[in-house]
Amino acid sequence: MSYIPHTADDIQAMLETIGLADVEELFTAIPEAFRFPTLDLPEGLSQMETSQAIEYLSEANLPAGKMITFLGAGAYNHYSPAVVNQVLLRGEFLTAYTPYQPEISQGTLQAIFEYQSMICALTAMEVANASHYDGATALAEAVILALNAARDDRKKVVLSGVIHPEYREVVRTYTQGMGLTIEGDEPASADLNTFIDAIDDQTALAAIQYPNFFGQIDDIARFIQAAHAHGALACIVADPIALGLLKPPGAMGADIVVGEGQGLGIPMSFGGPYLGFFATRQKYVRKMAGRLVGETTDAQGQTGYVLTLSTREQHIRREKATSNICTNQGLMALAAAVYLSVMGKHGLRKVAELCYHKSHYAADVIDRLDGYNIDRHKPFFKEFVVQCPRPVAEINRYLLETYGIIGGYDLESPYPDRKNQMLIAVTEMNTREEIDLLAQALNEVEQ
Amino acid sequence: MSNWNIPTDLHYTKTDEWIKVDGQEALIGITDYAQDQLSDIVFVELPEVGTSYSANQSLGVVESVKAAADIHLPASGEIVATNNDLADTPEILNQDPYEGGWIVRVKLADPSEVDSLMDASAYTAYCDERG
Amino acid sequence: MTEPLIYDLGSPGRAGIKMPDPDVPLADLPADLARDDLDLPEVSEVDVVRHYTRLSILNHSIDKGFYPLGSCTMKYNPRLNEDMARLPGLAAVHPYQDPETAQGALELMYETQEWLKEIGGFAGVSLQPSAGAQGEFTGILIMRAYHRDRGDTRRTRILIPDSAHGTNPASTTMSGLEVIEIPSDARGNVDLESLRAHCDDTVVGLMITNPNTLGLFEDQIVPIIELVHNCGGLVYGDGANLNALMGIVRPGDLGFDVMHYNLHKTFSTPHGGGGPGSGPVGVAEHLAPYLPGPLVDIVEGAESEGEMPRYQLVMPARSIGRMKAFYGNFGVIVRAYTYMMVNGSDGLRRVSEMAVLNANYLRARLRNTYHVPYDRVNMHEFVIEGRFADAPGIHALDISKRLMDYGMHPPTNYFPLIVHEALMIEPTETESKESLDAFCNAMVSIAREAREQPELLRDAPHSTPVGRLDEVRAARQLSLCCRPIANPD
Ligand SMILES: Cc1ncc(COP(=O)(O)O)c(C=O)c1O
Repeated sequence: MSYIPHTADDIQAMLETIGLADVEELFTAIPEAFRFPTLDLPEGLSQMETSQAIEYLSEANLPAGKMITFLGAGAYNHYSPAVVNQVLLRGEFLTAYTPYQPEISQGTLQAIFEYQSMICALTAMEVANASHYDGATALAEAVILALNAARDDRKKVVLSGVIHPEYREVVRTYTQGMGLTIEGDEPASADLNTFIDAIDDQTALAAIQYPNFFGQIDDIARFIQAAHAHGALACIVADPIALGLLKPPGAMGADIVVGEGQGLGIPMSFGGPYLGFFATRQKYVRKMAGRLVGETTDAQGQTGYVLTLSTREQHIRREKATSNICTNQGLMALAAAVYLSVMGKHGLRKVAELCYHKSHYAADVIDRLDGYNIDRHKPFFKEFVVQCPRPVAEINRYLLETYGIIGGYDLESPYPDRKNQMLIAVTEMNTREEIDLLAQALNEVEQ
Repeated sequence: MSNWNIPTDLHYTKTDEWIKVDGQEALIGITDYAQDQLSDIVFVELPEVGTSYSANQSLGVVESVKAAADIHLPASGEIVATNNDLADTPEILNQDPYEGGWIVRVKLADPSEVDSLMDASAYTAYCDERG
Repeated sequence: MTEPLIYDLGSPGRAGIKMPDPDVPLADLPADLARDDLDLPEVSEVDVVRHYTRLSILNHSIDKGFYPLGSCTMKYNPRLNEDMARLPGLAAVHPYQDPETAQGALELMYETQEWLKEIGGFAGVSLQPSAGAQGEFTGILIMRAYHRDRGDTRRTRILIPDSAHGTNPASTTMSGLEVIEIPSDARGNVDLESLRAHCDDTVVGLMITNPNTLGLFEDQIVPIIELVHNCGGLVYGDGANLNALMGIVRPGDLGFDVMHYNLHKTFSTPHGGGGPGSGPVGVAEHLAPYLPGPLVDIVEGAESEGEMPRYQLVMPARSIGRMKAFYGNFGVIVRAYTYMMVNGSDGLRRVSEMAVLNANYLRARLRNTYHVPYDRVNMHEFVIEGRFADAPGIHALDISKRLMDYGMHPPTNYFPLIVHEALMIEPTETESKESLDAFCNAMVSIAREAREQPELLRDAPHSTPVGRLDEVRAARQLSLCCRPIANPD
């Protein structure tokens, strides 16, 4: 059997030690009528055959790399330096559990401590935790933190309509039993004033995305001031790549910064596993969900790292815990730490600048095409909205079939009033030739 | 024979708080038994002055590395002061739970509520029972 | 042996990567939008590789040695899984691609749903949840939605045995429901009388781990489920311990209404030092409409003679919503699917048989040295007490720390809460008899040391990169970030 080392002799010897005659006797506690069902599943394959079968499946997909892609909307085709994957493949990181025993887990613990520090530096916040499942659940946990931190029983949350639609759905799923109202995003407006006007003295938390779902850079300082004027916590859902270039939310007074860390060296992998990052102010650290690594010393005075403030967590506080999270996205946090180390101070800025320049070039060439218009009334980072002459699905089909281009995201399904609007993402991976080809193809569709 | 220091001039709760009445006001803290069970205390969450609580309501939390316990108010009242030394040196609760380690001062709504609490001998028996 | 922080390596101006110059004209960036400083490391590629390699060496891992961490199913993580998850045709697919360009990924998800349904005996499976705890949260929200849909809004309580994992009560609170704790009886099973007393029309359901966290199969599981169903409640199974049950019994057949699977335990996906996991949820027919989505389904009618089925994403009719963005931890699902394919139906049953055999062998060999509080045939794990009447002052923690000197990872400590000084031991099926024997020998010699040289245990570990760490200091003098951050307040 593939991964089982037992020989017939081993099994016999072990049964003798236990005092049983055969393996089936181990299962007499199970009601007989239900014992040993026949599973209607295929027979096992060899590793070689399995590998061939899955490779075959994988070839039925059209991945980035084979295709030219301009699709973003929350998952991005960024470059991941070779070092990232190589470090993740180290069995010592890959095959360890959560670091419950610090003396033999310093590798994982220190790497998480470094990750926490880098997230703090990137967001300009004082504390960051060891990760959440993804950006959407990190936002949901921010909402829960705010409800618990509010001294005056506030039960309202205001979400901007330009937060990723699925993130807003996840917040609603998470909070369905908590008796709160969520406002601000129905109808979803991209107007900052409309959103700010929804914040009132009952609001525990208000959140906006930076850059927003349409790629635009809103005046988040103004939003943060408005939230604080009502005693609400201000939460920013940030793109960590954009923070390589843009002002960090912490410097503008944000109370919580969360986001999706997939861009930090993690493959798109059809939607996961990704990395939810979560940063906040020191004063909220005890209300925060998730694991935290802190620095300390051993008896010899050597520096070491441990999981700390565990009394917030489910294994100690049970029904009173700040969250139920246990397993998080540890290896993805390691990926981000390695990515941010390799990219470093200068490299991340460069990645962000490449995104900025290339997306602006793309916007310029598309804007010049007949029938296409770019919404430019706010600055944008790496994504922008194109008003197209035809339905987006139709255009994308042409791009794919004629040029092998994966086009942008169709905004109509989450935003029904945004007919024929395509969200285009341009990253450092897109070349000028690819952008020119996209423009050429778009131009052809028009004719 | 009890292993814990249980002063005779205080009253005690089933949840291991002590209360020391002084006219209309009272000091409240956790007992030697409680601090011993929790071991090294690392954090105390204090209520805001001016808040009123009814008896047995939770007004804050004491945390060690491995456990957390709610602090319950032994008798109804309004918080008039909190021990701010606990913010930076929570270990006072381990070292001196009855004097330096007081947690809140309350203005009692009804001082007679205290009569229903355990005295030192009843509380000693209660601690011994739990070991 | 310690390693400096990455921030303390390198030198100003050093870079770990070369990025190209822009091949397009430069665009203006309004000055007020840009940050002035970015406080990240300035290191070369070799600095990064050496730093993280040196850090990795400080870890224990399955790749290095035995890891009998109870409740965590630390089995060997096959390397084929890693290769499969990294195939460009799977790793570089965008979740919003036209489904026609992602049929392979969708088929893989569909097949995984089908396999999990069959293994668990359920009518529907959603692959959305990211880990066990999120699976629990999902399951409770589903049960809540089911009752509310029937106008049954009085139901607000979840019954949970006192042996349960902490995530069970925590997930209940997140769902806005109340936890009622049910005691265990003298045999380590759910106390039926107490359960009966709590079964009324306020019960949303029972959350039960079976085999339970003592490693014991609830032999009254059928009457337990009946009791709960009779009062209108539903039964949730915490599937953390499914490694004991594949091909042995299907929870759905026993009457469980909903259960989560832990792909990062039972299905051999690596735990990565704390995730990512994957916690799919399986449900019986009556709960299928509430599953979180999207799920993968076959497009009806698209399948003509000899043609391949087409797959699509669908949202169940009365879905509780999305638990995360996109569809689930796909990369983890690929690994689990690879594992299931290699094993097949017989192989999966063999996995559970050998996991249970290994655990019983360990118990049989240790029961004369350590007290086993519930000493009968167990499933894939069991619990011993880490204390000795004639070695006062020795705790489970000391035994655990000493095991590190023998090159092994300790069992789970202090869980379940109902056993004093609990050491919960789960060997898994991928350990050979030699490796189990080595562990038993270590445990026996530690028991001897506890009497003869107790300080060896109390000061342990002696051979690890750092000694016991000061957790009190870590919590009192919080240091969670090594960079100075200016507070704007
Ligand atoms: C019995 C049990 N339930 C639930 C969980 C939580 O699962 P996860 O860590 O995947 O969220 C665990 C994890 O260790 C467990 O052992």
